[in-house]
This record gives sequence, C-alpha cells and structure tokens, in this order.
Amino acid sequence: MKHLEPINRKAGRIEAHTEGGGHRAGGYGEADATVGVPTDPEGEHDVVALQSGEAGAHIPLGCSLVFFPGWEVDSTGGTAGLCQPVERDLFDCHLACFWPAHVPDQLNYSPDWTAKCAAAQNDWRNIDLIFP
Amino acid sequence: MSRAVAGTGPTAGPAAGGAKLALREFHHFEAAGGHFLYLVPSAGVFRLDEPSYAVLEALEEARRTPAELRAVLSSRFGADQVDGAVAELSQVQAVRPVDRREERMLPILPPQDFPLTTMVLNVTSKCNLACTYCYEYGEDRIVPESGKPRFMSEEVARESVEFMLQESGDNKVAHLTFFGGETLLNFRVLKKTLAYARTRGREMGKEVEFSLTTNATLLRPEIIEWLAENRVGVTISIDGPQDSQDKFRVFRNGKGSYEVILPKIRELLRRHRSRPIAARVTLTRQNLDVMKIFRHLTEEIGFWEVGFAPVTTASMRDYAIEDEGCDRMLAQFDELAAEWLAHAVEHRHHGFSNVKDTLEEIHKGVSKAYGCGAGLGLMGVATDGEVALCHRFAGSEEHGIGTVQGGIDRDRQFGFLKKHHIANKTDCHTCWARPICSGGCYHEAHTRYGTTAAPNLHFCEWIRGWTDTCLKIYGELAVRNPEFLKLFDGEGRVAA
Repeated sequence: MKHLEPINRKAGRIEAHTEGGGHRAGGYGEADATVGVPTDPEGEHDVVALQSGEAGAHIPLGCSLVFFPGWEVDSTGGTAGLCQPVERDLFDCHLACFWPAHVPDQLNYSPDWTAKCAAAQNDWRNIDLIFP
Repeated sequence: MSRAVAGTGPTAGPAAGGAKLALREFHHFEAAGGHFLYLVPSAGVFRLDEPSYAVLEALEEARRTPAELRAVLSSRFGADQVDGAVAELSQVQAVRPVDRREERMLPILPPQDFPLTTMVLNVTSKCNLACTYCYEYGEDRIVPESGKPRFMSEEVARESVEFMLQESGDNKVAHLTFFGGETLLNFRVLKKTLAYARTRGREMGKEVEFSLTTNATLLRPEIIEWLAENRVGVTISIDGPQDSQDKFRVFRNGKGSYEVILPKIRELLRRHRSRPIAARVTLTRQNLDVMKIFRHLTEEIGFWEVGFAPVTTASMRDYAIEDEGCDRMLAQFDELAAEWLAHAVEHRHHGFSNVKDTLEEIHKGVSKAYGCGAGLGLMGVATDGEVALCHRFAGSEEHGIGTVQGGIDRDRQFGFLKKHHIANKTDCHTCWARPICSGGCYHEAHTRYGTTAAPNLHFCEWIRGWTDTCLKIYGELAVRNPEFLKLFDGEGRVAA
C-alpha cells in the first residue's frame, strides 16, 4: 500500500489480505476473520429488503397517503402510486396498529417484539416469529 | 471525525464504477502530527497520507464519485494520487460505493471446543473484611446465602484442576487464579492445590501459571515465602493512602485496614521479586483522586503496576460514580496516560496498567464479539465446584454453566454465547468503540440493569473517550518509538 500505512497487527493482516487478491470466495455467511464481515461482497446470497436492491427511482419511506397503511389502492384508486412496504412499516404497524394482521400487536400481546431492533434496516434479523 | 454507518436507505446514483462514494465506519484520530484511522469493525489501525486524508475530508462533506473527487482535489493532488487513495481506502473498507449494500456481520459463535485459558477458583466465600461496596457481600450482592460450603475442600479443588486441564484443550499453558472471599483464609487448600496442579500439569505436558488476589491482611512470612518460591502472581486490592483505604475497606468492627496491611505489603514487595506485584484500586464517588492514589501506591509503597476500576454498583448507591465523577476520573486517567506515553517514548516502564492493557488490545487489533472471555476462555468455580461465567458469578445458580465434576453444560453455554453476542446488542451497533468494548462487563450490567445481556450504557461516553485517548497514544508511539510496540508481541524489555 502506498497511501495507507498499516500500524497495528490487524492492519498488517488486512494489507496482506487485500494484496492477496481482496475478498476470498466464501459461502453464505462465511466469516472473513480479517475484516470481520461475511464474504459475500455482492450480496448475491443474502436476504434483502425490497428497497435495498440496485439503486433506481426514489422510493418513498412510509405508507401511502390516503389509507394508512393502505397498501391496496393509491389516491387515484389505482395501485401505481403505492409505495412498497419497507422495514419502517414494522414499527408503523407494530406500534399503535389498526391493521393487526400484518405484524404482532404491540398494544396488547407483543410489547417487546421490536425490543432488539432499534433500526429495522440493521437489526431485522433479531425480530422473531410470534405464536399467539 | 467518527463515522457510523449512515442510514442504509435507498440512494439514487449511477451504476458502480462511477458511483458516488460514502464513508464507512471508522474513528479518525490525530497523533504525532499525522492522521490515523481506527477501522470498525475490523479494528485495523492505518496511518493516512495527505491524499487519502483529503479524500476522506471531501467525502465527509458530501458523497462524491471518483471523478468528482479528482475534480475537487485537483488543485492539491494529481488524478493518480486521488484514485490510488480511493482504491486503498476501499480495500480496507473505509469507503464504499453508495449503491453497494452495506455488508452485515452475521453472528459467528465460537467453536464448541473453545479452550479454557483461565480458571478462577473461589477457594472461599468468606472474608475477614467488610468492605461496604463489595459486590459479594455488600448491598448489590447477587449470590444469596445458600447451603454452599464457605470453604472449598481439597477434593473439589483437585476436581477443579482436572477440569481445568481437560478443558484447556491443546493449550500448552493453563492459568489458575485463586480468588475469594479473602483467598488467603483458605491457604491450606491453596498450597495443596498448587502442588497438585503442578504435578498433574507436568504429567499432561502442560505448564500451569498461578496468580491470586488478596486484601493483604493475612500475609505473613510463611505465605510470602511460598508466593515467591512458587512464582505466584499477586494482585493486592487496595484503595490508596490511609484516608482512601479506610473509607470502605474496613474490618467488621468498622476499623480501617490500612495500618494492618501496610507493613505486610512492604514485606511482600521486598521478598517477592519473581513476578511483578500489582495493586487493584476500586474507585468510588468518595475516592476519585486517581493521581494521588497512583503516586502513593507506586512511589511511596513500591507497586510495579496499579490498575483502576470504578466500583460496580447500582446507580442509587452513595458510592456510585455518576456523570461528573466519570469526567473527573477520565481527566485524571488522561493525565496519567500522558505520563505513561512520556515514559514509553523513552522506553521506560510506567505503572499505569489501564493504559497498557488497552494498548495491547489496540496493537493486536482485537474485534470482540463478547465484552470479555467469561463463559468461554474464562470461568469461575464456586466452593462446591459449580462452574459459573466468571468469578463474580460464582455461586449464582442463574449464571451457572456446569460443574467441575460433571463438565460444562454445553447447551447452557451455547445459549449464553448466542444471547450475549455483540450482534444482539442493538445499542452498540453504531458505536465506533464496539470492537474493543463490545458492551462491557456482564456483572456490571447485571448489577445496573438486572440482566447480563444489557450493554453498559452508563459507561459509553467514558469508554469512547478512553479508547480515543489510547488510540492517540498508540499513534504517537507508532511514530516516536515503534520499538516499544514490540513489547506487546513479547519482544524486548523496558527499563524500570
């Protein structure tokens, strides 16, 4: 490396690793102990949320305007203007929900369902199934 | 500049190649007139040259494509330099294209046969002092009075040694630490256990290293001789000069212990030269004069090392250290750390062990999945042979993971490791200090929040401040005396 000088032992290992051809090929979830992330840089094998794919058109966060959460029709009565469900809906529906079929009901039955999920984008794996 | 992963929401941008670049997680610090990165979560430390630092600054302002970076930096650096810096920053994962999804670390659990490195043997749960803040006897105790024996028998101690040697797997060295209560109340069993472990270790081709912690009240010539002859590492729990020591470290009748222990410690330091002797200080709201304590213990008494830890307690206790106290503590830690650095630059020893311990972890680049080795490479054994996460939980059934007689309950151990992995500590997910902190001490968390699984949020600011201080010292040393860092690889020596 020309611009970055490795100082500690781990940095030395990272340099050796990158100069050895970057990421090793690895199976899904296989840990790359050097850089501390799974070796699946392209994310081909991971589960992704709908809006996490290739960047494209702007996708609004939150629900459509007329019905809340209202995923059936948009304000014109059609479906073209609907947003797609996003992780944040977990909270919208879970907290103060009047559409209890989608996610566990925080008010009555599952007060702690998202306790380990401060940021849905990061922590959705921590959300578990609920069997009432 | 400390960067947490920015929101991972949708970001419009051209396709990869010309995609805009964004900063990933790292902590930037300056030392010896240069710029450094502490990468998160890998814990690699790199020094930046000017173009690479300029690239990060430009990306801090706004997400930019490589072409935009070349343009914005064109007055200072050539295109080759900017491209080269971008390529290397990408390689070490300090920057990423915005259309590339952030890679998420999946929890990776240690293998089931992970070797036991250190066994802490609670040879007694009795103590001849009655320190007000004690986690074992004080107001925050977690182990109730039970039918457990107050002293470990020779038989249980032998079974523990067998357990330790077996669980140490392929390790050539096993560490056995005697603990209490007041450890020396059970000196008879200590003595026999050490001899037994030596013999059994030899038979199994392993070396066993010994250490103990004591309040020093029971040190007498025979014991000191035994400690020295057997190269037992000794840590003395002591809080400082007489006024500090006698505030909390008292006998049952309330009398302070300083006058009793001082001549005994002096004798120990005079006679026991085969291992460095350390002092371990508990800081409380009433005892926060770190500099004064350090000077007394090193210069006036002669300890080789002094380590400080804030008292573990529920927040409402009178002796709990709250925000202002933490600031005061950290300011003095910084002062001592600066002294430590001045010594290290001259290749000399300085006894502030907190800084040494943190620097060693920075040097190795540890990125912890767990706050400590409890329940994994370190276990505590209660007087009846019950194995707990660590010595602080010894005797607590809720935190048991087996017995020395029956072995480790792998299901309980696995359940514990699964639950306590950093991936499950949501609060830590955007903190740059998590490779080194990983949520902190389970016992502290249990005392504060009622659960071992909670990260120690009351220490966050302090941990980040302290880690930053130590990173800067590390950077300074890397420039001003890189030879010193080899000590952490087990090479070289320092002058006293």
